[in-house]
Amino acid sequence: MQLVIGGVSIGCIYALVALGFVLIYKATEVVNFAQGELMMLGAFLAYTFIFILGWNYWIGAAAAIVCMFFAGNLVDRVFLRPVLGQPQFSIIMVTIGFGYMARSGATMVPGWGAETYAISTPFSSEGIQLVPESMGSLVISETDISVIVATIILCIVLYAFFTHTRLGVAMQASSQNQLAAYYMGIPVKSVFSMIWGISAAVAAAAGILLAPTTLIDANMGFIGLKAFPAAVLGGFGSIPGAVVGGLIIGIIETLAGFYLPPGFKNVAAYVVLLIVLVVRPQGLFGQKTGKRV
Amino acid sequence: MRFLFKTDYNQDIRIAKHSGYYWSYGVLLLLVLAAPLLLDSYYIGQMTQLYIVAIAGLGLMLLAGYTGLVSLGHAAFFGIGAYTEAVLTGAGLQLPFMEEPLVFSFVVAMPLAAIFAGIAGVVIGIPVLRLTGIYLAIATFAFAIVIEEVMSRWESVTNGYTGLLVDSIYIGDIDFSSGEPFYFLCLGLLILVILFSINLLRSPTGRAMMAIRDSEISAQSMGVNLARVKTTAFGISAGITGLAGALFAHKLGFLSPESFTVLQSLEFLVLVVVGGIGSIHGAIFGAMFVLALPQALAIAKDYVPPEIGEMPGIEPFIFGLILVLVIIFEPYGIYGRWLKVKHYFQMFPIYKKATFKRQKAYMKSERLK
Amino acid sequence: MSLFKAENLAINFGGVKAVDGVNFEINKGECFTIIGPNGAGKTTIFNLISRIYDSTEGTMTFDGQDITRLPPHAIASLGIARTFQNIELFEHATVLQNLLVGRHCHSKTGLFSELMFLPSVRKAEIAHREKVEEVIDFLDLQHYRESLIMNLPYGVRKVVELGRALCTEPRLILLDEPSSGLNVEETQDMSFWIDDIKKDLGITVLMVEHDMGLVSEVSDQVLVLNYGRMLAHGSPQEVQRNPEVIKAYLGE
Repeated sequence: MQLVIGGVSIGCIYALVALGFVLIYKATEVVNFAQGELMMLGAFLAYTFIFILGWNYWIGAAAAIVCMFFAGNLVDRVFLRPVLGQPQFSIIMVTIGFGYMARSGATMVPGWGAETYAISTPFSSEGIQLVPESMGSLVISETDISVIVATIILCIVLYAFFTHTRLGVAMQASSQNQLAAYYMGIPVKSVFSMIWGISAAVAAAAGILLAPTTLIDANMGFIGLKAFPAAVLGGFGSIPGAVVGGLIIGIIETLAGFYLPPGFKNVAAYVVLLIVLVVRPQGLFGQKTGKRV
Repeated sequence: MRFLFKTDYNQDIRIAKHSGYYWSYGVLLLLVLAAPLLLDSYYIGQMTQLYIVAIAGLGLMLLAGYTGLVSLGHAAFFGIGAYTEAVLTGAGLQLPFMEEPLVFSFVVAMPLAAIFAGIAGVVIGIPVLRLTGIYLAIATFAFAIVIEEVMSRWESVTNGYTGLLVDSIYIGDIDFSSGEPFYFLCLGLLILVILFSINLLRSPTGRAMMAIRDSEISAQSMGVNLARVKTTAFGISAGITGLAGALFAHKLGFLSPESFTVLQSLEFLVLVVVGGIGSIHGAIFGAMFVLALPQALAIAKDYVPPEIGEMPGIEPFIFGLILVLVIIFEPYGIYGRWLKVKHYFQMFPIYKKATFKRQKAYMKSERLK
Repeated sequence: MSLFKAENLAINFGGVKAVDGVNFEINKGECFTIIGPNGAGKTTIFNLISRIYDSTEGTMTFDGQDITRLPPHAIASLGIARTFQNIELFEHATVLQNLLVGRHCHSKTGLFSELMFLPSVRKAEIAHREKVEEVIDFLDLQHYRESLIMNLPYGVRKVVELGRALCTEPRLILLDEPSSGLNVEETQDMSFWIDDIKKDLGITVLMVEHDMGLVSEVSDQVLVLNYGRMLAHGSPQEVQRNPEVIKAYLGE
């Protein structure tokens, strides 16, 4: 049970990163291979505000998230807009290219560099006892709670956003048919920039929450690769799916790390992913798509 | 401008479409054959590396560029080929009923490495047949990560992160794993692989691959067995990449799982895209790009202020930047640009920019689909 | 002599009966047309025959052989070819390559001999090419041999798709709205070609079409569908006079 709790909190991180994937995929049908790098940039920004500039934790974190919103917007305008509507493959390559740039760019920024940093948070990593002492030991740290709570809040907000706001519906429309969305008066390009902004902001939030657990360095973006299985498991286009996928991956990974020989921890997520894809090619929650003729 | 009058169906089948081909490719062949006489050993080493990467790129090109199946895990096949070669020529194959392990000559081991990687390709190809697009890419990606982990954990065979020394290979007294003999070995195999690819693409299976890329549903209605052709494509592609891996093992002389990571897979993909997707030339151009860029940057370092030149991350940064720029401004990569330049000289005084405009306008309409 | 027979054919999509108990029989050498309002299940029948969908009920027989459960790629080599409503050509290939893919079901060369491009492969390729040239002559596609599909206008693509189906040397050809998107002149050409396919090449035609002019010009039998059910069946003239049909198209 203790393991499951640890798994849940790691799973929530994966879920947060996966949420970023899903948002962009849902609205633009593009898979953003630089999602992990956006997360890394967000974490570095937070580090800059809180430590180098000495701001309060909450203000610094909020500022980092807002900055990343604009950064995401900018990335879309500069890199993605010129290739809008080209084959999916080219767009993916653009995000891969951007990933390279962000990763190495971060090491070139004065004050960031190739070192590893930590952010101290108001949450202690002390354990809190969940059940009475007599029932055994079941501990959860404040850091873990912060991650779990943040994930839940973000999910609800995003879900409501997509289903209940005009912008959210416009995003769904543009993903279905860009041309038709244009004709209906939806400014598809700015909608896409907006979604990139939101996704980058979510990534920044994930980065900040992750910082106490994994520390910040230029390569922390590779965690994004772990979030892939989460997103795919959930069916790539589904927000609740991403969360469930993230949790499943997190829990499986922790359990595999404990019960199976070393090495399985790293690949457990991918093995599960392969099995799921072979059995259900559209993921657990995805819709089956087929071309109509 | 040359006009061709065709009088025989063989003319469309032939590899060299007209006499100009014999001249240009003949000169190219002479140059690469004479290279060991003209260049010093460092550059010969670089060109050998170029051939190896080009073979691997061709493998991926057949899959991604011609069949439309994007693989994010080709480093796995590259690695499988490399380790198979190293084990077969080094420690040898030890089966339970044998007293002595069976050590192969590289003449046998290399095809075996390619075949083994090809089988791995088929094995991953079959379960993912139903997947398309990004799901397929991610499944191959997961596969590559699993293989990478196997390479580092299966220590009795691969020696894990400690690394595995690769033995030199000989025919008689000639050492084929370095210097000029190795150069010619790689060159010969590259030419062979190019010929195989051309042959494949001008026969029914190659056309079926392209049909699958453009429309699975109508390919099926024309009698193309999707499962069989896709698996074949996976197998051939993985086999070719595995062959490149086998050569790479000798080039490195020392194998460790770090050479076969996801980043290597991405590099192959970059090679295919920057070189020009959907063309054999593209694989060669792409290999040149991937290898020449670090060289060019090293030279450029001497001319820029040290504050910029000495920055640690500058190389991958420029790598990423060029990738992005190529996709934005030249969707068909270096080969696309090459065609334009060629066209410019063929048409000389009357070249119009608009010649290639038409496709672009089309891209736009596709773009809004 | 019946070439193709559908008995009690039905398919459900999540409770919606797209095709429901359809029976028909196509005689050798005739042109059989299916008409009906949008969503009547016409294209679904085509997709059932080319085995893209699995039927929920019923059987299909082609030339005495049960094809209800054959894999989709086996249909072409039996001698059934089709075109698509919204043109499914291989966009990044030339017209010639597209037509050669149509020959795929007749190619028997193995992978190994293809890699080596043995003389047998060369011989087979030239034989395929000769067949393709016949189709090119038949449809007047000489000018377009080397053009990429993506650079061709819609009307020509429609013809290329017809050509690709003919390259499989079919005995039954399924044409899904051959005249949709064509202008009057092109429709006229199409009608001549369909007539020639029927009379000169002796290929049986099954077609879905909206243009009643074209339908009455070339069809021998017409089947009217509405909501997946058969509404009427007969010669073009009979069907056009049928009050049920008029009601389905024009409403009460």
